[in-house]
Amino acid sequence: MEAGRSPNIEILSNADLLGLEGKPGDFTAKLRLRPRYIDADKCTACGLCTKYCPKHLTDSYNEGLDITRPIHIDYPQAVPATYFIDPSACMHIQHGTCKICVPVCRSRAIDFSQKPTEREISVGAVIVAPGFGRVPDEALEKYSYGKHPDVVTSLEFERLLNPSGPFQGEVRCLSDKRHPRKIAFIQCVGSRDLGCDNGYCSSVCCMYAIKEAMVAKEHDPDCEITIYYMDLRTQGKDFDAARTRAEEQFGIRFVRSRVAEVVDWGENGLKLTYSTLDGGHHFEQFDMVVLSVGLDAPADAKKIADMTGIELNSFDFASTSTFAPLETTVKGITVAGAFQGPKDIPESVTQSSAAAALASGLIKAQRNKGIVVKDYPEEVDIADEEPRIGVFVCHCGINIGGVVDVPGVDQSVEGMEGVVYHTDSLYSCSQDAQEVLKEKIREYKLNRVVIAACSPRTHEPLFQETLRDAGLNRCLIEMVNIRDQCSWVHANEPDAATEKSKDLVRMGVAKARLLKPLPEQTVPVTKSALVIGGGIAGMTAALSLAEQGFSSVIVERNAKLGGHLLDTRYTITGGNTADLLKDVTARVKKNKLVTVLTGSELVNTSGFVGNFTSVVKSGSGKKAREQTIDHGVVIVATGARPHAPEKVLGRKLPASKKIITQLELEQRLAGRAKNRAPGSVVMIQCAGSRGDDLNYCSKSCCIDAVKNALKIKEINPDSQVVILYRDLRTYGFAEEYYRKARELGVIFVPYSLADPPRLGATSRKVEVTYDDPILGEEVTIAPDLVVLSVGMVPEGTEELSQMLKIPVNADKFFLEAHVKLRPVEMPVSGVYLCGLAHSPKPLDEIIVQAQAAAAKAAMPLVKGEVAVEPIVSHVNEDACIGCSLCASLCPYQAIEMIKVDKKRKARTIVASCKACGICASHCPTFAISMGGFTNDQIQAQIDAFGAVDDAGAKE
Amino acid sequence: MAKKSAKREGAVMVLGGGVAGVQAALDLTELGFYVYLVEKSAAIGGAMAQLDKTFPTNDCSL
Repeated sequence: MEAGRSPNIEILSNADLLGLEGKPGDFTAKLRLRPRYIDADKCTACGLCTKYCPKHLTDSYNEGLDITRPIHIDYPQAVPATYFIDPSACMHIQHGTCKICVPVCRSRAIDFSQKPTEREISVGAVIVAPGFGRVPDEALEKYSYGKHPDVVTSLEFERLLNPSGPFQGEVRCLSDKRHPRKIAFIQCVGSRDLGCDNGYCSSVCCMYAIKEAMVAKEHDPDCEITIYYMDLRTQGKDFDAARTRAEEQFGIRFVRSRVAEVVDWGENGLKLTYSTLDGGHHFEQFDMVVLSVGLDAPADAKKIADMTGIELNSFDFASTSTFAPLETTVKGITVAGAFQGPKDIPESVTQSSAAAALASGLIKAQRNKGIVVKDYPEEVDIADEEPRIGVFVCHCGINIGGVVDVPGVDQSVEGMEGVVYHTDSLYSCSQDAQEVLKEKIREYKLNRVVIAACSPRTHEPLFQETLRDAGLNRCLIEMVNIRDQCSWVHANEPDAATEKSKDLVRMGVAKARLLKPLPEQTVPVTKSALVIGGGIAGMTAALSLAEQGFSSVIVERNAKLGGHLLDTRYTITGGNTADLLKDVTARVKKNKLVTVLTGSELVNTSGFVGNFTSVVKSGSGKKAREQTIDHGVVIVATGARPHAPEKVLGRKLPASKKIITQLELEQRLAGRAKNRAPGSVVMIQCAGSRGDDLNYCSKSCCIDAVKNALKIKEINPDSQVVILYRDLRTYGFAEEYYRKARELGVIFVPYSLADPPRLGATSRKVEVTYDDPILGEEVTIAPDLVVLSVGMVPEGTEELSQMLKIPVNADKFFLEAHVKLRPVEMPVSGVYLCGLAHSPKPLDEIIVQAQAAAAKAAMPLVKGEVAVEPIVSHVNEDACIGCSLCASLCPYQAIEMIKVDKKRKARTIVASCKACGICASHCPTFAISMGGFTNDQIQAQIDAFGAVDDAGAKE
Repeated sequence: MAKKSAKREGAVMVLGGGVAGVQAALDLTELGFYVYLVEKSAAIGGAMAQLDKTFPTNDCSL
């Protein structure tokens, strides 16, 4: 949505890449722009054409579950918000007939004379992000997909759950529209499946299946849901917690098995046959079966490779390396998102930012040369005007309109004091609705706007910008949240929800009358960064900033740069981590823009985005000295260390030299000793993780175990390697190595935390006893070595959390601003996060995250100033008694005490203020007011709540 | 006929208008670059626009 409003993003939709030539910094791309047959400048997205178009077309946006017309728009919030004609289905384009849409369109936007055009654009860098493709249909056929209507893909199920989907969000069987009583999810459809050449794991299906299952349960608590899986790969941050919730709170059943087939069972619905680990075969009846389809390479991967010259890997994804995860084989072309390998939204978003950092480094000399600076019309001075309020009530499709009587709410404001215009709209956030808003502001000379829609958290910035476009100060808007607070929470009481909406809107109008414009402010930025932590994450971030032209100071606690990577030796793909570390450390030391302070610790940080001041202590004892560093941004990269569990598998860990960690094994295997590969070894996964000692999954231990097992087999092919695991999480392309390990005879045996393996040790030997589900009996072996995958724990995050006022999660890892959409930003402006301090993860993901943090950190440095949110607290100095209560309570250190005429007074540091209101609510003399939330305004809202029959309400 | 647009310095082409492409485009503008966002279908948004709610915040995907 935001992309549609930026003057610096030109969206070329319906476009194909025809060729790409040139070199880094100077590429020329040739594009073909296919016609929409609708003039984008004229189309108002009114939808009349779709209503009249006589031909049916299956709706691919709704995964073919619904029908639309050849002339249509996929969804109302689409960008660009212009309808288009699908030429393959249009009767006029195919057969020269019909043309009924032409006279129907009131704005005469339909233009069948449009022809494809070609266009050349010159660009300095290229980012390829074509996403993912569909797994081949053959992978779905054995589950009766395409033969039985109640076998659906997970994407189709997603559309069924969606309020804008075919049944308005109700889950119904496609065969006879009944509500399914029993639903099965089948995992790994088209993933981990050599049958369709997809030997990799798609990484996201386990989590989305759990999400869909939980949402379906919310829709219909009586529905029974079973998920058939091989390994539950919920390795993402906090994902395991969701899995536990799905099982314990939602009662979703998880069955470890392989599904053989799904067949039509007549009146019973569907018959699902599966086999379990013990060799047993079972079948069960279901009303609906959901296939958790994987992510395939994009359909046009080969074409993209031909056009750009980049190489693909064996699965047709872009070929990259662990140490440079986003660089394609062509310099100047980077890759981001699922085309780099199947991945979830946060990883995709992180890669996008990282790819932007790489492009920004490549063509930094061209920065700011091509951009258009957006001009806003001059603000209308409304100081002397009476309030002229416009009220816009949103249906949000059926999200609000399905429960609340939106036209009724709209009518209820008629005649209220100050209201000169009111209307309802289907989607207030759509692009055309913004145009309407602007138009109405001008037409009715509105000087206050009330939007009754969703949460201000989602769309307030959008509406604020529209106000600015229309010449109004952006603080002259009041949002009333009738979605979350009415239609969502009172979904079963539509009348009450409508009444509450009317109350809230009336209150919003009362407040809007008193809204005042607030000034836009900016503060200058110190153009350098402080990077806390000199591991691979911190160093990568500092180098990326340097490539983009910005200086930084790395503060590292240890005497040597390198962090956790100093202890590792090799990667699963065969990379030598010592070489990487040597190269990166040398580049850091050589780079004039990077200052390294080893043996140093952060003592104190104060200030705010653009203007931080930190004190760093270097050395110890008598040699210790402190220095003060000014910087504009902070990158937190403090890393993590291997966990040292005292309890493993529910018992105290026995002391034995024969029990070592995966990392110690790696060091041993990378050495030169002749007998470095043990003759027999048992590896125990999740030793101290996932509810054992730590609560979370450390994401990289399974990959490390397989990596070391392969290394053992490489050195000593006769070695017996047993890996005891709970869910083997070799997600993505690491799955190939898992398969290879099995082929080489590594034995994988699953266990559950309820019945864990037992460890025994005497001075000379160790013993492991476990249940073998395949043999169906208990096995005891005495291997040469027991290797524990112990997981990772964060280091010193709590102290830093206090110092920088940044939050940590329950597991003491730092908590990002938004787990999906702002994965490397912290809630405190100007502070960014990367590496193991965010959560445990493999090396390639750390490198990408560091580059992404560098992209985000560079943004204020590029601008040279930061804009301050206009809503901040304000101290009335006449009323302030200088008690400094507010300063001591402020969680963001945004209030300073100053002397005015020798008297102590409080003052807000506007750049630090987050407008939380704690100061205003505690001030004993009511000297502090919040912009946009003044006492008058809030009082007016409260008064309006009870004032249905008073003046200002109806009539 | 190929239409040659005026040569623009400081521009980046982003191929693909899904969540990854859109995020890259937005970040590039914040870093001082002009972006051509090339999408083969009629609207940007990609697969994420089809999702109802995203885990764990249940935010609307649009």
